[in-house]
Amino acid sequence: MFAGRVALVTGGTRGIGAAITQALADNGATVAAGYNRGKASAEEFALQMEGRGARLSIHQGRVDDVNDCNRVVQEVMDRHGRVDYLVNNAGITVDKTVRKMTAEDWQQVLNVNLSGAFQMTKAVLEHMIERGSGRIVNISSVIGETGNVGQANYAASKAGLFGFTKSLALEMAQRGITVNCVAPGFIETEMVAAIPQEALAKVVARIPQRRLGKPDEVARVVRFLLEDESSYITGAVYAINGGLDM
Amino acid sequence: MVTGGAGGIGSAISTLLANDGASVAILGLPEDRARTQTLRAQLDGAAKRLHFYESNVGVYEQCREAAATVVREHGRIDFLINNAGITRDHTVRKMTVEEWQAVLQVNLSGPFFMIKAVLETMIEQGFGRIVNISSVVGESGNFGQANYAAAKAGLIGLTKTVALEVANRGITVNAVAPGFIETPMTKAMPPQAIENAIAQTPQQRLGQPEEVAQLVRFLLDEKAGYITGAVYNINGGWYM
Ligand SMILES: NC(=O)c1ccc[n+]([C@@H]2O[C@H](COP(=O)([O-])OP(=O)(O)OC[C@H]3O[C@@H](n4cnc5c(N)ncnc54)[C@H](OP(=O)(O)O)[C@@H]3O)[C@@H](O)[C@H]2O)c1
Ligand SMILES: NC(=O)c1ccc[n+]([C@@H]2O[C@H](COP(=O)([O-])OP(=O)(O)OC[C@H]3O[C@@H](n4cnc5c(N)ncnc54)[C@H](O)[C@@H]3O)[C@@H](O)[C@H]2O)c1
Repeated sequence: MFAGRVALVTGGTRGIGAAITQALADNGATVAAGYNRGKASAEEFALQMEGRGARLSIHQGRVDDVNDCNRVVQEVMDRHGRVDYLVNNAGITVDKTVRKMTAEDWQQVLNVNLSGAFQMTKAVLEHMIERGSGRIVNISSVIGETGNVGQANYAASKAGLFGFTKSLALEMAQRGITVNCVAPGFIETEMVAAIPQEALAKVVARIPQRRLGKPDEVARVVRFLLEDESSYITGAVYAINGGLDM
Repeated sequence: MVTGGAGGIGSAISTLLANDGASVAILGLPEDRARTQTLRAQLDGAAKRLHFYESNVGVYEQCREAAATVVREHGRIDFLINNAGITRDHTVRKMTVEEWQAVLQVNLSGPFFMIKAVLETMIEQGFGRIVNISSVVGESGNFGQANYAAAKAGLIGLTKTVALEVANRGITVNAVAPGFIETPMTKAMPPQAIENAIAQTPQQRLGQPEEVAQLVRFLLDEKAGYITGAVYNINGGWYM
C-alpha cells in the first residue's frame, strides 16, 4: 500500500507511535521514527522491527526544539530522499490542577504537544508543497474537546491542535496536502499506566465499552488517513474512544 | 444491508462490499431494481452477491420485513448502512409541512426503523456495525434545506445514542458526514448551486462516491471495534 513512501512519526518508538510505525512499515512504507529520551528502548524497537523486515530509521531529537526539528527532517531527507507523511504523535502530560500548575508546567506541555507539531510541520511543509502531495496527521485527544481535571495544559494543547489542523488544512487544500487529527480516548500505553490504579478504574467505568483502546486500533485510523484514496478527507477530526464523551 | 444501495453513493458502497466478498442486500424503491441490475452487469464474479429487496425505509413494516427476509436468506446481518436519503429543498417560508415530513420520514425515521429491525439479530450475534450516512449540512445548515439539515443533525443524535446503548454488545454505531459528492442527488441541483458548492469547498472539487465508500468500509472492519459514536467527515475541507 505504501511501497516507496516515507513516513516520519514523532515519538514513533513507543506507545501509540510505535504502533503507527509498525502499521506503516507492515504496509510497505519506510518509516523514520523520532524519539527523545528513550535511546535504549528506541534501539531495541528498531532491531525488533528490522527483524520483521521493516525499513526503518530512528532519529533522536526534541520536537520542542526547533533546531532539532530541522535537523531530524534533514537527516530523514538525506537518508530516504523524501517525506510523504508526517505524523505528529510525540506528546507529554504534566498533570496538576491550575492552582498548583506552574508556568513551566504549562509551557512545557504546550511546547511539546502543540508547538512541536507546528515546528515539525514547518520543517517538512515546503518539501511537501514542492512535490504537490503530502499527508499530515496530528494526534490530539478526547481531552482536547472535553477538558479534564488536572489537565488544563494538556487539554489546551490538544484543543489547540484542532485549530492548527483546520487552519493548515485550509491553507493546503489546493496543494494536494491533507491535514487531519485523530482524537483517541484512553489507550493502553505508558501514558495511561501513569494514572493511579483507582483513577484508571474510574475512567474505564466511564467508557461505554468498558475497556481501554489498544495502540494498534489508533494506528489503523492513522494508516487509513494516509492512503492515497483518502484525499477528500481534510480538516477532519476522527475520534476513536470506545464511545467515551462522544 | 445497504439502504438506497443502488443510488449514487449507495452503488459505490454496494459494489465495494460485494467485491470484498460480502453478500449485499440492497434496499430500495421500485426504480432501484433496474439500477441494481445495471450494477450487476458491471461486476464480474461479485454480481451474484448483490441482492435487491424492494422496501421503503420510511415504513417500519417494510424495514422489518426486509430484515427478516435477509436473515432467512443469508442467515445473519453483520453490517447496516443507512444511506437512503432524499431532498425536498425550499426555504422555510415556502416549505410545506409535507416536504418537511417526507424528508424526516426517510432520512431520520428510516434509519431508526432499520436499526430497530436489525438490532436484535446483531445483539444475538454479539457483533454488528451500523454506519449512518449523515451530511456536512447536518452541522452547517444550508440555505433551502431546513428539513434535510434537521434530519441529518438528528441522525447524529440517533447515532450517538444507539452507540451508547449497544456499546458492550460488540456493535458499533457511527456516522459518516460527506460534503458535496458527485451523484444524481447533486446533479439535480441547479448548475449555479453546484458551482457555489465547489467554490465553497477548499479543495475546489466535488467528492466521488467511491471515496465515501472507502470510509464506510473502513468503519465496518472487525478491527474498527473501538470506534463508536463517532462522526467522520469527508468533505474536501468544507465546514470543518
Ligand atoms: N495513551 C492515551 O490514552 C492517549 C490518549 C489520547 C491521546 N494520546 C496522545 O497520543 C500520543 C502518544 O501517546 P502515548 O500514550 O503513546 O505516549 P507515550 O507512550 O508516553 O509516548 C510518548 C512519545 O513521545 C515522545 N516524546 C515525548 N516528549 C518528546 C519531545 N520533547 N520530543 C520528541 N519526542 C518526545 C517519547 O519519546 P521518548 O520516550 O524517547 O522520550 C515517546 O515516544 C501523545 O500525543 C498523546 O498525547 C494518548
Ligand atoms: N450526494 C451528496 O452530495 C451527499 C452529501 C452528503 C450526504 N449525502 C447522503 O448520502 C446518501 C446517498 O445520497 P446519494 O447522493 O447517493 O443520493 P441518490 O439520490 O443518488 O440515492 C439515494 C437512493 O436512496 C433511494 N431511496 C430514496 N428514498 C428511499 C426510501 N424511502 N426507501 C428506500 N430507498 C430510498 C433512492 O431510490 C436512491 O437509490 C443520502 O442519505 C444523502 O443524504 C449525499
